[in-house]
Amino acid sequence: MKFVRPAALCAALAALPHAALAAPDAASEADLKQLRNQLRELRETYQQRIDALERRLADAEARSASAVAVAAEADRTAARAESVAKASAEPAPQRPAGESAFNPAVSLIIDSKFTRLQRDPSTYRIDGFIPSGGEVGPPKKGFSLGESELAFSANIDHLFRGNARFSLAEDDGAGVVEVEEVNVESLALPAGLKMKAGRFLSGVGYINQQHPHEWDFTDAPLAYKAFFGYRLQNDGVQLRWVAPTALFMEFGAEAANGGKFPGAERHTNGAGLWTAFAHVGGDIGESSAWQAGLSHVRTHPQERAFEDGGFTNAFSGRSQTWIADFIYKWAPGGNSRDTYFKLQGEYLRRTESGSINYGGDGNDYAARLRQSGAYLQAVYQFMPRWRVGVRGDWLRSGNVDLGGLTSAELPILAGYDPTRQSAMVDWSPSEFSRLRLQVARDKSRSGESDNQVWLQYVMSLGAHGAHKF
Amino acid sequence: MIDKLILRVVALLSVLLPALPATASVNVFATVPEWAALAKEIGGDKVNVLAATTALQDPHRIEARPSLIARARSSQLVVATGADLEIGWLPLVLRESGNPAIQPGQPGYFEATSAVRLLEVPARLDRADGDVHPGGNPHIQLDPRNILAVGEALTARLAQVDPANAAAYKAGLARFAERWKAAMGRWEQAAAPLRGVPVWVQHKGFPYLSAWLGLKELGALEPKPGVEAGSAQLAGLLERQKATPARMILRPAYARPTSSDWMAERAKIPVVVLPYTVGGSSEASDLFGLFDDTLRRLLVGAK
Repeated sequence: MKFVRPAALCAALAALPHAALAAPDAASEADLKQLRNQLRELRETYQQRIDALERRLADAEARSASAVAVAAEADRTAARAESVAKASAEPAPQRPAGESAFNPAVSLIIDSKFTRLQRDPSTYRIDGFIPSGGEVGPPKKGFSLGESELAFSANIDHLFRGNARFSLAEDDGAGVVEVEEVNVESLALPAGLKMKAGRFLSGVGYINQQHPHEWDFTDAPLAYKAFFGYRLQNDGVQLRWVAPTALFMEFGAEAANGGKFPGAERHTNGAGLWTAFAHVGGDIGESSAWQAGLSHVRTHPQERAFEDGGFTNAFSGRSQTWIADFIYKWAPGGNSRDTYFKLQGEYLRRTESGSINYGGDGNDYAARLRQSGAYLQAVYQFMPRWRVGVRGDWLRSGNVDLGGLTSAELPILAGYDPTRQSAMVDWSPSEFSRLRLQVARDKSRSGESDNQVWLQYVMSLGAHGAHKF
Repeated sequence: MIDKLILRVVALLSVLLPALPATASVNVFATVPEWAALAKEIGGDKVNVLAATTALQDPHRIEARPSLIARARSSQLVVATGADLEIGWLPLVLRESGNPAIQPGQPGYFEATSAVRLLEVPARLDRADGDVHPGGNPHIQLDPRNILAVGEALTARLAQVDPANAAAYKAGLARFAERWKAAMGRWEQAAAPLRGVPVWVQHKGFPYLSAWLGLKELGALEPKPGVEAGSAQLAGLLERQKATPARMILRPAYARPTSSDWMAERAKIPVVVLPYTVGGSSEASDLFGLFDDTLRRLLVGAK
């Protein structure tokens, strides 16, 4: 295609009329024809060029329109993505999919101690009382790893919730796993009823349901050590009912195997230990809350063995324990973050009647023991994270009638009233950790006092459930 | 003698048993005062509402008191904040109550955070980061748009729990929403001077308020959520205050004054104690009062 420069074209166009006017006479037919040809040529060339330009324009227009459409589409996609993102962020929080989504809540409690004891803990005993056989003594002198608790809990389905708690410890170099609790709880019983089955900490008293890491002192009250081997742990069933009243009222009953102190190993059908308990509680204004309870434990141990006087002896008969408990908590305005105070006490009274088989001569002696014990403790958080506490423990070996036996045959049952005073200070940087210093003067052994210093840490890893009141 | 005893027992029971008014048909157990107030606005005399905590209690640190268990036992609807705010006590109260209707997953269990979009969802979960809430920041009550969203969801839930009064709840919501939207217009107009105002916060409890009003949070005095600020942390913030000065420090009514007062004295800026929830100040007697008072205090502080 012939290329026409715009400048040349203009010059030619401008020249045409002048040329025509300049020589009207001389303009021959040939000249005119030539001019017409040139003009036609120019017009054609021009037309082609205009057409080409028009095509390009049309193309460009089409392209830009589709670009606009693409842009609009992109906008819509972005908006959709945003709304999806928003929707996914808005309602139910996203849960990880797959099998792990249904893993139970797992927590591990690490509880280690460093002790300085005046007396050898392996000789620990509570004089005046039939030994419970439980872990009642202090840990070994110096550093001790203590027990770590591993706990699992989850809803099993719409009707049941499962809890399991194991304690891991070391005994003479061998690892020991103890089943602290493995139980199933009902979730959907009507009318305020709750049922629990398996191994559980009995609902009697107040401190009995607390796990050791929840205690305000490093060890259990003396009365619990003497009467329950530090806590009453049941294999059985529990039924509880919360009354529909403004005042908190809870009633419960348990039937259990009763294979452990104050019961004894059994070889018969049915339940061997029964409990009944009631708790009431409420608020006093905004700042105070209280709870009080009364509980009863009843069992019929047969051949409950204990070592004393160099022989193995055994008690058979009826054992009944009553527990009265109360707790009072105060926090200014009910805000326990900064300061709070709590006062807690329990009174336990046990009557055992039956016979003692004395290992020295193999004979049975009629026996009746009425013994009691109590503790009272106060804990004050004087500033955030820091608490101090004092505790007093008293036991009364009380009225012991051993038939013909005397303290010469059963020296541990010689009349003696053990006492203990403890004081502690602890620091909790968060809800999940606690460091504690405790000093105690323990007169559990007749005529000997044991001055104890404890350093302890309690740490919670993983999911950690709420603590009871 | 026996007559007298029976009379006494009857008298005692008559004191204990009819603890709940007979006129209201639904007992609502609200974990915090703002949802109690909202339930009252919507439900009116059809609901009997209890707030488990007051504005002067730290909502993270409540104990599962016997009175709460007793109250949960006879409730038909639990209104919780959710997002793990009440993780330390509510699950226990619900389980101990023996009331199957209010367990999580049931219509009788409602979480306010299910109705709104949460801010500050942590990218990583580690207890070394303090008191982190995996679902996001649960302190949603200081954005009035959230209150309205929660109100709508709560109305639907009330209607589900108590279908007989569904119309009353709907009407209650309509009345409330109309007044609320008018008030929001008023608040947003009044709060115009607060836009872009730089502030420190005591606890990360105000992201929704800041997002609504356009306050510029420079940071929190607490180094980590739930961890009280130490002197080194505060000294560091004071240095930052010199470089980028904030105009005030925001503190919720329940929190300890120590660290914010220390900072305010040295930085020479005011501490604005916000009611934080209904009942946090004498003026914040209901939801409207809560926002009226919050804005008034902020505007005074920003002067």
